Amino acid sequence: MLYRETGQFKTSYAADMAIFPIRQDRIALWGLLIFAFIGIPVMDAFQVWPLRGEYLIRAILIPFLILSLAAVGLNILTGYCGQLSLGSGAFMAIGAYGAYKFGTGVRIPLEIFTIDIPPLPVFWCILLGGVMSAFVGILFGIPSLRIKGLYLAVATLAAQFFFDWVFIRVKWFTNYTSSGSVVAPDLNFFGFFANKPIEKYLVCLVFVTVFALLAKNLVRGNIGRQWMAIRDMDIAAELIGIRPLYAKLSAFAISSFIVGVAGALWAFIYLGAWEPLAFNIDRSFQILFMVIIGGLGSILGSFLGAAFILVLPILLDQVPHALGVPVSVETVSLLVFVVTGALICWLLIVEPHGFARLWSTGKEKLRLWPYPY
Amino acid sequence: MMKITVALAAAALGVTAVAEPALAQANEQFLPALVYRTGPYAPNGIPFADGVQDYWTLLNERDGGINGVRIASEECETGYATDKGVECYERLKGKGPTGAGYFSPLSTGITFALTEKVPGDKIPLLTMGYGRSESKNGAVFPWNFIAVGSYWTAADVAIQHIAHELGGIANLKGKKISLVYHDSPYGKEPIAALEERAKLNGFTFKAIPVTHPGVEQKSQWLAIRQDRPDYVLLWGWGVMNSTSIKEAAAVGYPRDKMIGVWWSGAEPDVTPAGDQSKGYKALMLQHGAGKFQVHADLDKFVVSKGKSVAKDDYAQVLYNRGVINSMIGTEAIRTAMKKYGNKPLTGEQIRWGFENLNLSEARIKELGFEGMLQPMKFTCQDHQGADVARVQQWDGKEWKTVSGYYKADLSILDPLVKDQSAKYAVEKKITPRDCSKES
Repeated sequence: MLYRETGQFKTSYAADMAIFPIRQDRIALWGLLIFAFIGIPVMDAFQVWPLRGEYLIRAILIPFLILSLAAVGLNILTGYCGQLSLGSGAFMAIGAYGAYKFGTGVRIPLEIFTIDIPPLPVFWCILLGGVMSAFVGILFGIPSLRIKGLYLAVATLAAQFFFDWVFIRVKWFTNYTSSGSVVAPDLNFFGFFANKPIEKYLVCLVFVTVFALLAKNLVRGNIGRQWMAIRDMDIAAELIGIRPLYAKLSAFAISSFIVGVAGALWAFIYLGAWEPLAFNIDRSFQILFMVIIGGLGSILGSFLGAAFILVLPILLDQVPHALGVPVSVETVSLLVFVVTGALICWLLIVEPHGFARLWSTGKEKLRLWPYPY
Repeated sequence: MMKITVALAAAALGVTAVAEPALAQANEQFLPALVYRTGPYAPNGIPFADGVQDYWTLLNERDGGINGVRIASEECETGYATDKGVECYERLKGKGPTGAGYFSPLSTGITFALTEKVPGDKIPLLTMGYGRSESKNGAVFPWNFIAVGSYWTAADVAIQHIAHELGGIANLKGKKISLVYHDSPYGKEPIAALEERAKLNGFTFKAIPVTHPGVEQKSQWLAIRQDRPDYVLLWGWGVMNSTSIKEAAAVGYPRDKMIGVWWSGAEPDVTPAGDQSKGYKALMLQHGAGKFQVHADLDKFVVSKGKSVAKDDYAQVLYNRGVINSMIGTEAIRTAMKKYGNKPLTGEQIRWGFENLNLSEARIKELGFEGMLQPMKFTCQDHQGADVARVQQWDGKEWKTVSGYYKADLSILDPLVKDQSAKYAVEKKITPRDCSKES
């Protein structure tokens, strides 16, 4: 009853093709957006309880948004197009270092002339970081035309290790700093300096909202259907006229672009100064787990997965201390591993398709409530 | 399902109810501790964290805090990971009546990330013997205090010791010195100083990276066997150190030709390799292992009362380093109290304390650290305070000091500090402070 769309008549083609066809969904989305864009800044301005201090925004909301974006990116590739990738960390790194290079000025002396790009504004740097990542994504997507499944995962794993190596070894990418650690330039978005945590949060939120809606729109259109056809059975897809080259490489490009933007945001906004270790294989796995736990092939799932993988350990870590239980930090951090691991196992047994499926089952139940059959 | 939800909600309410009063202890100085008691670097992280904690406990037990202001502390486990370190920093920075006093992350990676955050939050960063070497320049890095020594100090002293063993600085000419380093900002920091020295003294310098966490070093040591360098410098951390010593033994590289940095010269680095470590040398961040005057008080007020968090790491190298770290931090607070009064201080006030901290020989003796530390003095310009180090050697049972104090050659290092900090200032658009105008 609560979720029933009875009586919501679609009287135009536009209404029929809306991203969120059910009114309840639209209301929930608008509510969420208003809360995120207006509610949280207002709560921050008045220092209302959960937002008192900067902790929640700086240590939880910002990384949550950025990693959700990365998960959305990977979900396009793995969830919608069915191409397993273990290279998300590398694509994030390319986005981060690409943005860094554009932010500090690119200078490549060639034989005849010198490519000399002055430092660009941060906004363009972040997008260009994504573009760089997209190019590399296409490059590493080429093997996907011949190999599938686990073999492709190994190929993308190669990307991960290769770029770990590149950013450690090739000093040009780090502007020859002695330590190999680089510092993000000022966050100046067309005169708007994102210095306060709430401002950084809003910048992330804008990026995430735009890209998530873009992704949601893409996956239900022509190109998204091509991806899903490839995922479900590539030979059948080819027979009905879908070009695997175009479909797979476009998935790689768009996914890497979004992951690259997430990487640039992670480096510029969350860390501020970073080293290649920030984007190592653990990061790739973390994002892959977010996608699997959240639900393959669901944009909402990416957010739920990110919340589970990122926020749950942080919360668990603080429970004993907040309850006043005297447990040493090493016991707590080991317990966090155990409990998180157990919860993942439990979740995958109860609902192998992740949070997204739990949500859709829940929606179904709400629809029939209170008269289930 | 409903029951679980209710239970969770109750738990959540309980959490907030208990958490609130813990925040509001009036007359306490809150000091955070970013520690790593788990993961591949735990063997080295634990003794340091124990020393830090025990010295604070000592001050609370013996003196009732710093000038009567009790120390409240809380640990947060970083696992040596930068993003976790940043989360811990955010979690702890606002606690206590005046916020966190200072941070000591014991990780170069976390230090780099926090260096970008502390100016905004106005909290000093005490990085004793690690972190950005150029942060010695207080004009550009007002919030960083790289007390006692930087990696560049270490590199320079190591070369001086090699020259001493060879019988003079001129004998370095034509020699081969290799650096086996942890492939991270930590391991890369000394390269600039070593390259500078190589140019000046005419030895061949080669840098050999080892990837995190450093348990796989076969190929590196095979390369060393082929290359036969005269000396190997080791810039490792955690499990990487003992692995290096084992691999050196496996390829027959003499351990007494290996010199580790002060982060590669503690008991957890040599004991896992057993007898193979005999003869291995390492720099000392001035102090070594063993008991000194301050340990008598630690014994009396902390250990014998069962309040020590240390186990068998008591009075080991890294434990003592933790004690010194806390001593420098709390002495900075004491200095600041002279100006701002005996009450919990803010990070900004404590920063002033650091900058005006003067640990004279008499004061060091009074604190019970005689024989562990040389006098040091911070100024607005100099955030390092000291440039000396010694060398120790593992005899199979304990560390023996085998050299006197070497003073790093500032005519080589200061231009490096100036160059690199100027570069940083340009990149971050910082106008360096004019130290002649600071009081």
